[in-house]
Amino acid sequence: MTAVIDEPTTRKVRGWAAPPRPVWEEAPTRAGLAGKGIVLVLACLAVVFPLWIVIVTSLSTRRTIDEAGGLVMVPKDITFIAYQELLSGGQVTRAALVSIGVTLAGTLFSMTVSVLCAYGLSRTDSLGHRWILMTLLATMFFSAGLIPTYLLVQTLGLTDSYLALILPSAISVFNILVLRGFFMNISQELVDSARIDGAGDFRILWQIVMPLSRAVIAVITLFYAVGYWSAWFNASLYLNDQNMLPLQNVMIQLVQKQEAPVGLGQAIRTGQLSGLAVQMAVMVMALLPVAVLSPFVQKHFKKGMLTGAVKG
Amino acid sequence: MSHSTVPRSKAEATKPVEEPAAPGDAAGPPDAPPRGKQGKRGKLSLRLRYRRDRVLLLMTLPAVALVLVFHYLPILGNVVAFQDYDPYISDNGVVSILNSPLVGLENFQRIMEDSAFWNALKNTLVLFFLQLVLFFPIPVLLALLINSVIRPRVRAVAQAILYLPHFFSWVLVIAVFQQLFGGAGIFSQLLRQNGHDGLEVMTNPDTFMFLLTAQSVWKDAGWGIIVFLAALASVSPDLYEAAAMDGAGRRRRMWHVTLPALRPVIALLLVLRVGDALTVGFEQILLQRDAVGPGASEVLDTFVWWNGVRNQDFGYAAAAGLIKGVVSLGLVLAANKVAHLMGEQGVYKK
Repeated sequence: MTAVIDEPTTRKVRGWAAPPRPVWEEAPTRAGLAGKGIVLVLACLAVVFPLWIVIVTSLSTRRTIDEAGGLVMVPKDITFIAYQELLSGGQVTRAALVSIGVTLAGTLFSMTVSVLCAYGLSRTDSLGHRWILMTLLATMFFSAGLIPTYLLVQTLGLTDSYLALILPSAISVFNILVLRGFFMNISQELVDSARIDGAGDFRILWQIVMPLSRAVIAVITLFYAVGYWSAWFNASLYLNDQNMLPLQNVMIQLVQKQEAPVGLGQAIRTGQLSGLAVQMAVMVMALLPVAVLSPFVQKHFKKGMLTGAVKG
Repeated sequence: MSHSTVPRSKAEATKPVEEPAAPGDAAGPPDAPPRGKQGKRGKLSLRLRYRRDRVLLLMTLPAVALVLVFHYLPILGNVVAFQDYDPYISDNGVVSILNSPLVGLENFQRIMEDSAFWNALKNTLVLFFLQLVLFFPIPVLLALLINSVIRPRVRAVAQAILYLPHFFSWVLVIAVFQQLFGGAGIFSQLLRQNGHDGLEVMTNPDTFMFLLTAQSVWKDAGWGIIVFLAALASVSPDLYEAAAMDGAGRRRRMWHVTLPALRPVIALLLVLRVGDALTVGFEQILLQRDAVGPGASEVLDTFVWWNGVRNQDFGYAAAAGLIKGVVSLGLVLAANKVAHLMGEQGVYKK
């Protein structure tokens, strides 16, 4: 009797197998299961199918694409010629490097500033704590507006500089609050004992607080990195030099305005390479990093969402 | 003892002075100014607190500086809204502002008479309501669906797939839609091969608002389920068991246990969304503005962009932006007020 009742109700079995149902739960009907399965599969297909087409077309030869009359659904004669062409120098290579550079530098900068600030605000009785917190929080309620911000960046002389892609959007107050929420929950005894042993604040942050907050730091890093990787508007606003544009902006020109990438016209004209495959390859380059990285952090996403509520 | 293990509970944080230190709490050395012992606050002089906390202050400095420069400083730039701003005076915005004539409320008068502005406002509100009705319920339903999947691996894979588009840029999302529904997209391709006309959804002004909503759903509906899943996971299984023992079937358990658990989250998200009502789809629309024309696509944010960045009519654009900013601020504050009245937390605490 008790053995049956003690069956796990929290459902923490790993793997593909279904954990045992609690005894009080009715067995599901076949129709119900089938209905749920179909909806779930359709929802997932809605995401996967377009990506599949894009990836397969980017790997297709000119002939396969012509035979299919455009986009390719079934892979045949896989070729990497589009990627080879795009990555052998020229506009897209440069744009990809720009995007990678801005993303790495920007994320490092954003994380440093955010983690420091979150730790600096993690003690509710510290000097000026309340004022600083209010100053940050208030920015979640208003925005100065596009035009004044534009004029400011111009006045600061950041136009045509990569700093214009990093500084104006470098920190998200929300992310700082999430980090702070985690830092505040770290056992005070631990921090105090480190202090008694002579550790300063920087050392406590680096050796105690950060290692204990790895999960949330991973999530916030991903959020910042995705933000930089996906950004295009600031570049369109502040960069006049075509050669400085990041990948997203080049993708706009390629896919939306159907322009061939500079320096690639030759390969397309000679007929080895389909312009469509080139477009799709650029799209794959834009989606690959996030598609590869985000699942690793997936189980911690929740941590980056819920502690936004402000304490203190 | 329980006091010292949970030193930063809400009650202590908000009312530090009234909370006396527990008698057995004086564990730290009495000479060092203790931090984290809330009871002693206010007894320390400013100078001592500064000496104790200067490293913490130093740590917040970069973030505060960034916020002051890039969020607070530009507020002053809104003076442009009351000027006939001439961007060609100088590359330096301050010099231009100082040398441009003040015109009072002229820009605002022009806006009131501009049908394009009212059209942008109308589009903004239409899109907001459309997304509220068509977008908002989907994450709730998807979360219920995922929550009912009990195989852990299936669940993780489905979540990974559904979250993915959230991390795509708008450029990519629109490019993907172009490949599906565009004039040369896969569906047009299939239709033409079967002797039908191709699709024109991507360029059709009449259905543009629905297209925008569909793109938003594709990108963010999956991501939206996280909050609801967390709320569902926090429901004690005992509640379900007790309900089942009392004879409640699946449907009644859903109605009496599951939905009440979601109610506060739904209410809060709705309220916050309303506070953000005037900010809809800026990047998304900007990327497609040329395809459908401003009549069908212009919202307040793109109106500002067009008049300022494109037409270099900065005073006029700033005025429109200022109107939007002020109304938005009012909406956000009102929305938070409502959240508090409903007993929820909102963005900030009372």
